[in-house]
Amino acid sequence: MKKSILFGALTVAGLAAGGAAAATLDDVKARGKLNCGVTTGLVGFAAPDANGEWKGFDVAVCRAVAAAVLGDPTAVEFVPTTGKTRFTALASGEIDMLARNTTWTFSRDVDLKFEFTGINYYDGQGFMVPKELGVTSAKELNGATVCIQTGTTTELNLADFFRANNMEYEPVPIETNAEAQQQFLAGACDVYTTDASGLAATRATFEDPTAYVILPEIVSKEPLGPLVRHGDPEWGDIVRWTLYALITAEELGVTSTNAAELASGTNNPEVNRLLGTEGDLGAMFNLDADWALKAISSEGNYGEIFAKNIGVDTPVGLARGLNAQWTEGGLLYAPPFR
Amino acid sequence: MADTHAHSVAFVRKDVIPESPPPARQTGVPKWLRENLFSSWANTALTIAAAWAIYMVLSSFLPWILNGVWDASSLSQCREILAGKTGACFAVLTERWHQLLFGFTYPSELYWRPVLAFIIMLVAFAPVLFFDLPRQMLVVTVLFPFIAFYLIWGGPLLTPIIAFLGCVAGYLVFSHYGKANFATGFFGGIAAAFIVWSIGGLLVDLVRPEEPWMTPVPSRDLGGFMLNMMLGVTCVSLSVPLGIVLALGRQSDMPLIKAVCVIFIEFIRGVPLITLLFVASVMLAYFFPPESTVDLFLRVVIMITMFSSAYIAEVIRGGLAALPKGQYEAADSLGLDYPQAMRLIILPQALKISIPGIVNVAVGLFKDTTLVSVISMFDLIGMIRGPILASTEWSGVYWELFGFAALLFFVVCYGISQYSQWLERRLATDHR
Repeated sequence: MKKSILFGALTVAGLAAGGAAAATLDDVKARGKLNCGVTTGLVGFAAPDANGEWKGFDVAVCRAVAAAVLGDPTAVEFVPTTGKTRFTALASGEIDMLARNTTWTFSRDVDLKFEFTGINYYDGQGFMVPKELGVTSAKELNGATVCIQTGTTTELNLADFFRANNMEYEPVPIETNAEAQQQFLAGACDVYTTDASGLAATRATFEDPTAYVILPEIVSKEPLGPLVRHGDPEWGDIVRWTLYALITAEELGVTSTNAAELASGTNNPEVNRLLGTEGDLGAMFNLDADWALKAISSEGNYGEIFAKNIGVDTPVGLARGLNAQWTEGGLLYAPPFR
Repeated sequence: MADTHAHSVAFVRKDVIPESPPPARQTGVPKWLRENLFSSWANTALTIAAAWAIYMVLSSFLPWILNGVWDASSLSQCREILAGKTGACFAVLTERWHQLLFGFTYPSELYWRPVLAFIIMLVAFAPVLFFDLPRQMLVVTVLFPFIAFYLIWGGPLLTPIIAFLGCVAGYLVFSHYGKANFATGFFGGIAAAFIVWSIGGLLVDLVRPEEPWMTPVPSRDLGGFMLNMMLGVTCVSLSVPLGIVLALGRQSDMPLIKAVCVIFIEFIRGVPLITLLFVASVMLAYFFPPESTVDLFLRVVIMITMFSSAYIAEVIRGGLAALPKGQYEAADSLGLDYPQAMRLIILPQALKISIPGIVNVAVGLFKDTTLVSVISMFDLIGMIRGPILASTEWSGVYWELFGFAALLFFVVCYGISQYSQWLERRLATDHR
């Protein structure tokens, strides 16, 4: 009896949350601000600078969506979430979208009732070890102590990898990347494992980066992308196509500097459709015709965002790799705008 | 005669021998050293070992402090300036001190507001903590919560005024009817306060100015050590009275009140604080519709207050149990009723006994406020662990940041502890 009351209350709460979610676009427009969930801090992906301005690769996605919907890339309320609080924050309606380098998995998509709206970074889990250990392959790590962030997919991948290779390991559970870094440097663990992008970013901040090697094995697929709640397909479409607009803009050579100029009309119909001078793509999901133009003008196209936050010229120093356009041997492939 | 004598003795000393200094090993520093440090072989060995340990610590610690770099824009620049030498990178403190103290979203042109609130807080607490000060200063104490709210959160001036008027109305009703019947006065007071607040709330919405004098700052923008101080001060000052009520309730003869208090205390003490915080931040959001959520700061204050009041209640119950039964009987024989007996005889003694325990809980509570960093509130520790260590410039600076945090907490906690010792001496009436 008591149980049924509890479930009843949960159902009502769920329905209330669902009802509130049904018109996220209207909510965001009425509020005048986009509530976007980000990490509490990850080098290159999301962190506030000395003036309290959020900067980073994931932050740029939030800003692009805000620009497309509200016309103002600064109309974002960044809600910092930890690995543990991120999904409840999204499910309860506290945030409209989550851009927190979250791995797209079956159970998160289906069981947690979220909708991943694309992939903005193709990552994979790697291992970093001190050079003096003399390890050259992850297959030699039998019996190692491993620093691992809790509540992430990396924790599960690690178990899978060691089980598949019949090896033993001792996990050292850690809450944040910053702590893992310190534990690893202090020698609390032989190996630090997380997404390869995170390893590169972490190693870049070491006093002597050359004393550490990132092993060649990538043991998992980590497609990271923004996500929204189930139950509001229109809002999901807006987030999805904003991301695709950034990717397509790079493919078509539309940048933050030339977008306004190209918007006055070009010979390329795809560019025209993207920037709203031809067709009425924006009106199909109740946005202005120049929604993509605003999104691209805010932080630049995908390539510009990548170069500015995590590219080879930044301290993070990541190469494009899998995240290059499909025309250049990468996996970025946006469906056509028509 | 004198002459004869003078010749009969070879030498007569005519003046007093000047006092000679004591042997070197019996005086001053050598004596102290010999008695305290080298009195036996075992002590000598310990002294040498201790001196070596101190040297080892200082020889690595002092260069680190003294070589510290105070002016750089990133950790890598610090390392360039140090060029391989040992040295701290204090530049992170000079660049990010405002984020450590106020959080990263509190508008920097408004920093004067929390600082002013802090200064007023010192004035407001003085008459409560040091009861030799003039009683008129209590006016500031009564007004302080409303002034602090207005300063820190901003918004329309009417809000704190309405809140204050509601409290005044509640107090007036209570003091009028409470004498005759406690329950009538108590619930009547609460009802009166709520009536004033709801009418006032409508009024505030009606005349809400477009641009209030004080720019409103949402709770989400609070952070840094300011957040720790706010949580600590609010929760301690709320949980002491609540703890007293719970302790008295647990001793009550009325079964319902006793049962409620016992269940509350035992439940809260049986649950870790971090669980309560997760409930406050995550679970409650499911049960409220998204627009009407209670402010996160308020939710956290409620949870921490509940937690610490349960502990304080048990500490005070210990104080009550320590009083001899004769004190209760003496109060009864004087013809005092229950509130009078408690107020005049029992509680002053019980609270005095409980001071060390209450201070213990208060210090612990103040440090526990750093736990809010796990529910992504950016208190001092949350600022360090999250944004600062995740910035490209300062990723990898640990000792300087956490040392700074430790220093701030030590200053406050040591101050609380010194105050409590002073209070115990001041209240000591027994002859030991």
